[in-house]
Amino acid sequence: MNIDILFRIAGIGILISVLCIVLKQAQKQEQAEMLTLAGVVIVLIMVVQLMNQLFTTVRTVFNL
Amino acid sequence: MEIAQVIGLALITTIFLLILRQEKPVMAILLSLVFSIVILTSMMGKLSAIIDIMKELTRRAGINNFFLATILKIMGVAYLGEFAAVICQDAGEQAVAKKVEFAAKIIIAVLALPILVAILESLLQLMPC
Repeated sequence: MNIDILFRIAGIGILISVLCIVLKQAQKQEQAEMLTLAGVVIVLIMVVQLMNQLFTTVRTVFNL
Repeated sequence: MEIAQVIGLALITTIFLLILRQEKPVMAILLSLVFSIVILTSMMGKLSAIIDIMKELTRRAGINNFFLATILKIMGVAYLGEFAAVICQDAGEQAVAKKVEFAAKIIIAVLALPILVAILESLLQLMPC
């Protein structure tokens, strides 16, 4: 069970939400939106790799 | 104590989700997706042990191996479909979740067709006509 990826994604999420609040306070809405988008893309790449791993495991277990 | 690990992970993820859902709902969905993937992947090893026992029992009982393979495929499709559908439902997309469930049902029905045909054929052999 790899727990660290879970904590990594939770950390990225909290960090990005805090940075977003800071940027919105500094009247930089566009950069806040870009930051949100970048964070989502980074996490999505990790999720896609994990999902590939899961599908490979399921395929080997169930002979799909 | 595998269950203690799962419970701890689930509670910690729930706390993180509560924090994230207010600010960034997308991140919350991704985190719950990752949690589902981690739990499923960690349980697949145990599931493969169960499946090995089932294969051994099938071999001893002399049942055609094709039936067990079909049942395993159906189980895999059901697990994956459920996984995706619950994530979609969690994000509030009921329509997408229903479509995933629909596709999983159709694929399971297609996989189960050969077994249905085999049952009907053995029934026809039993009937005197």
